[in-house]
Amino acid sequence: MLEKALTGGPGYRAWMAFLLAVFATGLFFYLRQLELGLGVTGMSRDVSWGLYIAQFTFLVGIAASAVMLVLPYYLHDYQAFGKITVLGEFLAVASVIMCGLFIFVNLGQSPRVLFVILHAQPKSVLFWDMFVLNVYLVLNIITGWTVLGCDRKGVPPPRWVRPLIYLSIPWAISIHTMTAFIYAGLPGRSFWLTALMAPRFLAAAFASGPALLILICLVLKKWADFDAGEKAIQALARIVAYALAVSIFFVLVELFTVFYSGIPEHQEHFRYLYAGIDGHGNLVPWMWMSAVLAVGALAALIHPRARKNERVLAAACAAVFAAFWIEKGLGLVVTGFVPSPLGSVTEYAPTGPEIAVALGVWAAGFLVLSVLYRVFVAVRREAGSVEPSAEGLRNGP
Amino acid sequence: MRSNRREFLKIAGVSALTLLVPAVLPPVRAAGNPSAPVAAARQASSPLQPLTAGRWALAVDLSKCSADCTDCTTACHQVHNVPALGNPGHEVKWIWREPFPAVFPGETHAWTGESLRRMRPPVLCNHCANPPCVRVCPTGATFQRPDGIVMMDYHRCIGCKICLAACPYGARSINFRDPRPFVQKLNPDYPTRTKGVIEKCNFCEERLARGLEPACVEACRQKALVFGDVEDPRSEIRLLLEKRVALRRRASLGTLPQVYYLL
Repeated sequence: MLEKALTGGPGYRAWMAFLLAVFATGLFFYLRQLELGLGVTGMSRDVSWGLYIAQFTFLVGIAASAVMLVLPYYLHDYQAFGKITVLGEFLAVASVIMCGLFIFVNLGQSPRVLFVILHAQPKSVLFWDMFVLNVYLVLNIITGWTVLGCDRKGVPPPRWVRPLIYLSIPWAISIHTMTAFIYAGLPGRSFWLTALMAPRFLAAAFASGPALLILICLVLKKWADFDAGEKAIQALARIVAYALAVSIFFVLVELFTVFYSGIPEHQEHFRYLYAGIDGHGNLVPWMWMSAVLAVGALAALIHPRARKNERVLAAACAAVFAAFWIEKGLGLVVTGFVPSPLGSVTEYAPTGPEIAVALGVWAAGFLVLSVLYRVFVAVRREAGSVEPSAEGLRNGP
Repeated sequence: MRSNRREFLKIAGVSALTLLVPAVLPPVRAAGNPSAPVAAARQASSPLQPLTAGRWALAVDLSKCSADCTDCTTACHQVHNVPALGNPGHEVKWIWREPFPAVFPGETHAWTGESLRRMRPPVLCNHCANPPCVRVCPTGATFQRPDGIVMMDYHRCIGCKICLAACPYGARSINFRDPRPFVQKLNPDYPTRTKGVIEKCNFCEERLARGLEPACVEACRQKALVFGDVEDPRSEIRLLLEKRVALRRRASLGTLPQVYYLL
């Protein structure tokens, strides 16, 4: 099936060429970083994780969100998602690949990356995160590819994929939970030291992932002659609305706990985020922008008439995606380090090379995504009226 | 790769259970560890016997430690080839000084006297009895010896920096660039590091193996630093801790720091 990715119109080729160029630029700057060390980034002794780990954290959420399609379709037989479940799985594949790359470029000694397996430490959450992410990647490649392959031949998917699909449901939860545990299990980093971390991560994931998927479906409808169907898109939009509402609620719960308890150590980080400390407030405008985008999107998404308007929906989904990218992809990681254990406020800003490397990783992810989606669209177009069915999977040969 | 998978899955399966063990069992290692002998297999370049302990600890006598003295830092950084990078964001620090309110935010109040505020206690790795950095390290590059010293294996470290996030004391540094050109006076008896690896104070384990006290202790002219075995009831450090009031940094976090600040 993969050969289908090699053909495409001028638009597809231009897009792939653009992604390749961005990826090549990122690779160039990564090689500089490999030669000179992490000193080319904006990270410091005090803020030792930055853009890379923040992107990783955000993208684990996008990967986990595939479960929002898989679960309704395979567990509750929600037929409207039949056409697009594979899209969710392929999005997960591309996201996990980006996660791996972001971890890789964040390492001070990336050639030693396999030490995580060779010298595996079962006490380390990082080890378990690596483990669950890789299994999740394999699960999604196998299930997505197999189901799509069967659609092409017009046969029901084989029985053996069923347990894998069911397994991928709790597994999706596990990847974001493990990622949350990386942060929530650390003493002395009070910003992250909250049991709400994993639930907050999941709520944010189930809003931002489906929002991205809606945007992708609208793009595919307009330019790739693939219509996911009004019903599926509206169902996704409701998922985004609920998850967004829960997510905003979680943030408010966190704010109450921190500010009503009045423990200074816990307040400081939130003050840094939303008001700035001692004149240091790089993230303040971003965080307020994120809050406004989230609340605005919620207003649009809970109103049925607004949600049904495709333009409003697209704008709301873009707002949701941007809001959570800011929250997780910029704010969450850095703020855990500010102020430092010794009370000093060291600000962080990514450098040019760091941004180029990060864009390169995103480009790599979108290359994978474009290839997979190109295959998907081609197969679905060939299959024509053949509708994939969960029925077939359940009652298969 | 393929031949390793079976092995890997085996480890992964077994280790799923062991993940729970350290969380469930209380960190009792601090209390009852029958004095394990220090591995002293290295060839001694000195005729002295290696120094051994049940648990090594350092006491800083704040009444003797003067705020403008840098002897401990200079000695330590020289012995261990710690580079002088100049860039505060990229600095590598093993032992250095911080203002009292920064070291003990919980012990400072509006009426804390000038004399206390002016103090600049030396800070370093606390060689915690329950070290979070060891727990989080995905490769075992950070590990703990039976005598409590938290060690760094520079060859095992992948530079993931999770130990920097886990250390509640800011006691770890990463080499943001190749440190070698910035080592002012090379000590050939101790390795230099490569870019991208984490490092920190090691309680001079290489000197203990040769029967010497840590460099900072030796360099302190005020005799403000006392190094010893806290599990030995007759040691000087034990007697001091029994007699004097001692602070530990962020003791409420349960990391059981082994650097004691005597008031």
